[in-house]
Amino acid sequence: MSRNVYQFAAALASGIVFGFGLSLSGMLNPARVQGFLDVFGAWDPSLAFVLAGAVIVAFVGVQAMKRMRRPVLGDRFHLPVNNRIDAPLLIGSALFGLGWGIGGFCPGPAVASLSIGLPQTALFVVAMMAGMTLHDRVWRNRS
Amino acid sequence: MNTYLLSLGGGLLIGASAVMLLLLNGRIAGISGIVGRLAQGIGLTTNLAFVLGLLLGPIVYMLAFGGFPAVEITVGWPLIIVAGLMVGFGSRMGSGCTSGHGVLGLATLSRRSMAAVATFLTAGVVAVATLRGLGI
Repeated sequence: MSRNVYQFAAALASGIVFGFGLSLSGMLNPARVQGFLDVFGAWDPSLAFVLAGAVIVAFVGVQAMKRMRRPVLGDRFHLPVNNRIDAPLLIGSALFGLGWGIGGFCPGPAVASLSIGLPQTALFVVAMMAGMTLHDRVWRNRS
Repeated sequence: MNTYLLSLGGGLLIGASAVMLLLLNGRIAGISGIVGRLAQGIGLTTNLAFVLGLLLGPIVYMLAFGGFPAVEITVGWPLIIVAGLMVGFGSRMGSGCTSGHGVLGLATLSRRSMAAVATFLTAGVVAVATLRGLGI
């Protein structure tokens, strides 16, 4: 079998584990996310454990990556090269954070929760993809 | 089970998923990047495979536990649209979201991602405090 088939299977398996992990963690629930962000009100810190658990495991994986010349199924590691803290990073992150707080969804949970079939999550994902397309096709190409 | 343990367990799995994609395919599991590239038709097969998997995750959860995870949406459709537009535009402008900057960026000790995480967490806190202040 060609390597593309293995890469497809690896991405599919990784997506399933990601979606299952999100489901288990409580991140799929906008009310929980807003409770986590409600530090001046009835703060629910439990979702901090999601980030902590994920970062710890990812940190170990990154150390393993540094000992590998290339990924198992690919030619090279595709890592971000930009290390500047610039205006698009900060303005974009601020916009993202405001939207995350208002809706209680970030991109992963929004997409995963489509499977549950609520019309509001479908509406959110359509608006999110419109926002992405607006940035990638219009804003980034402005002269 | 304890919600803290479930959150920790879910987080460990999310980390494991990111490690799989990194060590096998050499790719960062950043959802805004994956969905954004998919919308532009870049890297169609693997990005589509990951999104398919993401959709299957809650179904596997349902088969394992006999019900879907809770999804309680607290705002009406006008704010859902505003939030979706901001999340989509902002995550692409800032080159990442909770997964790319939050999980992998912090795991690689990237200063850029640390700045992004501090910014979106602060903005999220401001947004929720404002909603609460307005009685929403």
